[in-house]
Amino acid sequence: MLKKRLIASLVIKNGIVVQSIGFERYLPIGKPEITVDYLNQWGIDEIIMVDIDATREGRCIDPELVKRVAKRCFVPLSIGGGITSVDQIYTLIHSGADKVSLNTQAFTNPSLIEEGARFFGSQCMVVSIDAKRSPDGSYRAYTHGGKTDTALSPAELAEQAQACGAGEILINSIDRDGHKNGYDIDLIRSLLRTTNLPLIALGGAKDPLSMKALLESCDVSAIAAGNYFHFVEHSATIAKAYLSRYFPDQIRLDSYSDYRDFSFDEMGRIVKKEDNSLRDMLFEFHPKEVI
Amino acid sequence: MKKIAIIDYGMGNVQSVANALEFLGYTATITDNHDLLKAADAYILPGVGAFAEAMNNLRARHLIPLLHTQVIESGKPILGICLGMQLFLQSSEEMGFHEGLGWIEGKVIAMTPDSTLRVPHVGWNNIVAKEGASLFAGVDQDAHFYFDHSYHVVCEERYISAKCQYGSYGLTAALQYKNVFATQFHPEKSQTKGLKLLRNFLNFVEEYPC
Repeated sequence: MLKKRLIASLVIKNGIVVQSIGFERYLPIGKPEITVDYLNQWGIDEIIMVDIDATREGRCIDPELVKRVAKRCFVPLSIGGGITSVDQIYTLIHSGADKVSLNTQAFTNPSLIEEGARFFGSQCMVVSIDAKRSPDGSYRAYTHGGKTDTALSPAELAEQAQACGAGEILINSIDRDGHKNGYDIDLIRSLLRTTNLPLIALGGAKDPLSMKALLESCDVSAIAAGNYFHFVEHSATIAKAYLSRYFPDQIRLDSYSDYRDFSFDEMGRIVKKEDNSLRDMLFEFHPKEVI
Repeated sequence: MKKIAIIDYGMGNVQSVANALEFLGYTATITDNHDLLKAADAYILPGVGAFAEAMNNLRARHLIPLLHTQVIESGKPILGICLGMQLFLQSSEEMGFHEGLGWIEGKVIAMTPDSTLRVPHVGWNNIVAKEGASLFAGVDQDAHFYFDHSYHVVCEERYISAKCQYGSYGLTAALQYKNVFATQFHPEKSQTKGLKLLRNFLNFVEEYPC
């Protein structure tokens, strides 16, 4: 059975990973290659890395950065940021990217999706849509880092992208970004109704509980989060161990140490084990996994 | 240590495969140069992209007769990944009808989406490997691998070394026929299980008399 993917979304600004809040405020996290190395070891299912300065500065994300990151990334790697041509996609794939993510160009130049799908296959083309709720309650899709209103609904943009040959849709909520108030379920549902491409939901995750709430209410293909993964040790493994308790057949939990036998508190954090079980663990030998 | 060549025909995620091999201690050559390819002991044919485009690219680089000589006549081991696996079949119906390399009898056909089944089949799925399949030695039964494809391979049971279930589709996850190995999933992107599988292929190559 196909599992629900847990995806880490890495926002790159000035060459480093940052925490993004509402597409406006940014706090530094650290080096992209170190973040990727950890997430890979913690059993993440996929990584999406986007350079948010690239479009504004009229350049493409640095292929050298992709090369460095890809060295330690043995899960699928999607790359985005200022991609405007098939040649750039070619260079990025040859640097270690597995997919590319288009945002502004998916709206201003949809033929890039078509061309990209023809050369590299649909599975390579992820269209990422940033959405904001208007005062009247409807949703609008935005481009240029959440600055430009497209006057289209995210569902309409997703439909267009699908017709052009996109392979996956990523929906991000600008209102929820970095605010830790949970995924925008209404927004995600509006896309699930109109597209039958795999849908990745992003924006608003606070902890594994938000992810559980998302899976309970929507049939998304993947759960993405950014900030959550950066501030908790073994964040990906812990989130998966928590989710697999509620959705046992839907989560891939096969990392070397998997937290399967831990208990969780009401905030989805792991609880310290009983003293006697900790004492027993002192004498357990854990050999290093050999490949 | 034997020489591994990653065939660069302008399509595959060659660097990802090279990175995985580097992790396993091999320095693979990424090339479409005929002399370098002839000098290699084994091949990996990665693939991200469209079938017709891939065949055109192989043709334009005159790689089809070369690969036929090296793999079918000389019997050098080859591992096809994703689109690379599909190219081994006789034909594909991806955007028209296209002939493949024809090393394995069978064809590549589309998966049809419906209300509950989203296409492409993208993500981690558990596979069931045939007992004794050398590619899956030491990989737990039911292990997860990363898939990303919209078309799937239909061939005789005797070629299939692993299967996986997606909705109503019993998909061909891996093939083995003599020295020809192939996986529909991406071992280079399937974390430790995928690296183990690549190690199994490399071990096969090391022990292979040629």
